[in-house]
Amino acid sequence: MKNKYSIFSLIKNAFSYHENWEKAWKDPEPKKEYEAIIVGGGGHGLATAYYLAKKHNMKNIAVVEKGWIGGGNTGRNTTIIRSNYLWDASAGLYDHALKIWEGLSQELNYNVMFSQRGVINLAHNLQDVRDLKRRTHANRLNGIDAVYLNTEGVKKFCPIINTSQDIRYPVLGGTLQRRAGTARHDAVAWGYARGADEMGVDIIQNCEVKGIKRNGDKVEGIETNKGFIKAKKIAVAAAGHSSVIANMAGLKLPLESKPLQALVSEPVKPIIDTVVMSNAVHAYVSQSDKGELVIGAGTDDYISYSQKGSHDIVEGTLNAILELYPIFSRMRMLRQWGGIVDICPDASPIISKTSIKGLYFNCGWGTGGFKATPGSGDLFAHTIANDEPHKLNAAFNLNRFVSGDLVDEHGAAAVAH
Amino acid sequence: MFLINCPFCGEREQSEFKAGGEAHIERPKQPTELSDDEWAEFLFMRKNIKGVQFERWNHAHGCRKWFNIARDTSNDQIKAVYKMGEKPPVK
Repeated sequence: MKNKYSIFSLIKNAFSYHENWEKAWKDPEPKKEYEAIIVGGGGHGLATAYYLAKKHNMKNIAVVEKGWIGGGNTGRNTTIIRSNYLWDASAGLYDHALKIWEGLSQELNYNVMFSQRGVINLAHNLQDVRDLKRRTHANRLNGIDAVYLNTEGVKKFCPIINTSQDIRYPVLGGTLQRRAGTARHDAVAWGYARGADEMGVDIIQNCEVKGIKRNGDKVEGIETNKGFIKAKKIAVAAAGHSSVIANMAGLKLPLESKPLQALVSEPVKPIIDTVVMSNAVHAYVSQSDKGELVIGAGTDDYISYSQKGSHDIVEGTLNAILELYPIFSRMRMLRQWGGIVDICPDASPIISKTSIKGLYFNCGWGTGGFKATPGSGDLFAHTIANDEPHKLNAAFNLNRFVSGDLVDEHGAAAVAH
Repeated sequence: MFLINCPFCGEREQSEFKAGGEAHIERPKQPTELSDDEWAEFLFMRKNIKGVQFERWNHAHGCRKWFNIARDTSNDQIKAVYKMGEKPPVK
């Protein structure tokens, strides 16, 4: 049993200069065989392991990660959490996640710093206004909080926005989801890792999958740089590298992997206490607790695994940011980075069984996977344990690309993918 | 960000071009006879290779012509540029 984190443990450890905290997770060598192996130690993979152990009583499982946990897109995103999606299937999926976020710090005994500071999505033309109003109604019919704000309403909620009507993309209004917000991305991975480790899950870092061994239409295990590991169930949550893993098993996925960029500024005093996203100009901004502006840009339009985005994408985003927030004109950017996101043709995720028995995929989250982390893990765990999808992820199967029953959120969701 | 050697205009910045995705996906000869699985394969399934990939590009802000390139997607290095209709270089 791990020691509970609390104000008392904090005080106690302060006396020994914080040098004696117990390890949050072990660093084991892989066993010969597991009941299930999860490929990918990001938020989704670790959450999957956590819920498999907690809700489905599968304790003999491992998470294998080629680098360190939370070192991929979990550590490279703008940490926005919201559930204001248009279609019923998406609304169900993302609001399931949002409800778990609301109690996650307590459940994990790990402060994920979930902050429901609200998310605004801006409308810049009449079609945006109609689309966003429609989405607001759809959200409310699905029990998701959403309000439509006019220009004055946006200005009141976020006073630093330039609402002058003579700019290239004037603010005509916007939607507000008050339950939405941000969380500390690293803490999510570490919290789930600690929770899963406590229930006996092996978290194996620096363990890269080199191949997937198949026997006919069944999986038998994975080849790694730490040797062969046997398992009847292999669940892949490898984000941008999903296609690479799928190819090892002889599968093709409907995915394209592209660089998505974000950047942070130098830290400043509190200036923006919400999250503002703009679909048309592809710029979103919030402020971290350290005071940095966290700015999200768009994806490049070519496939790349290089974790480097193009400069013109950042330039376009910063143009938009400057027009919407003239107050930021003299701020300097500190860091910029690119993560590789796997995008489905309908820009909706896949949480699904495959044609190969025992092989499961959780992928295609594209530019918006972080917000779904707890829900994705919960539903993927259900799918793996029962070999059947939960009703909330039934629509997000791989077969939809054959049947044509797509979950077409492209542009219908609050932000372009 | 990288440079692309357009076979018609010469070397230009990547931002002048539009990526057209995986090359050499053949349009079905008999669309009416395709099964749902075959349609899915043609429309949606992609190799999405990490490594050298053959892909189509369009010089959107230049000559507006299409052509193919072979590019290593792990480091964005272009290995070959060849015209539409030509066979991919063998390596």
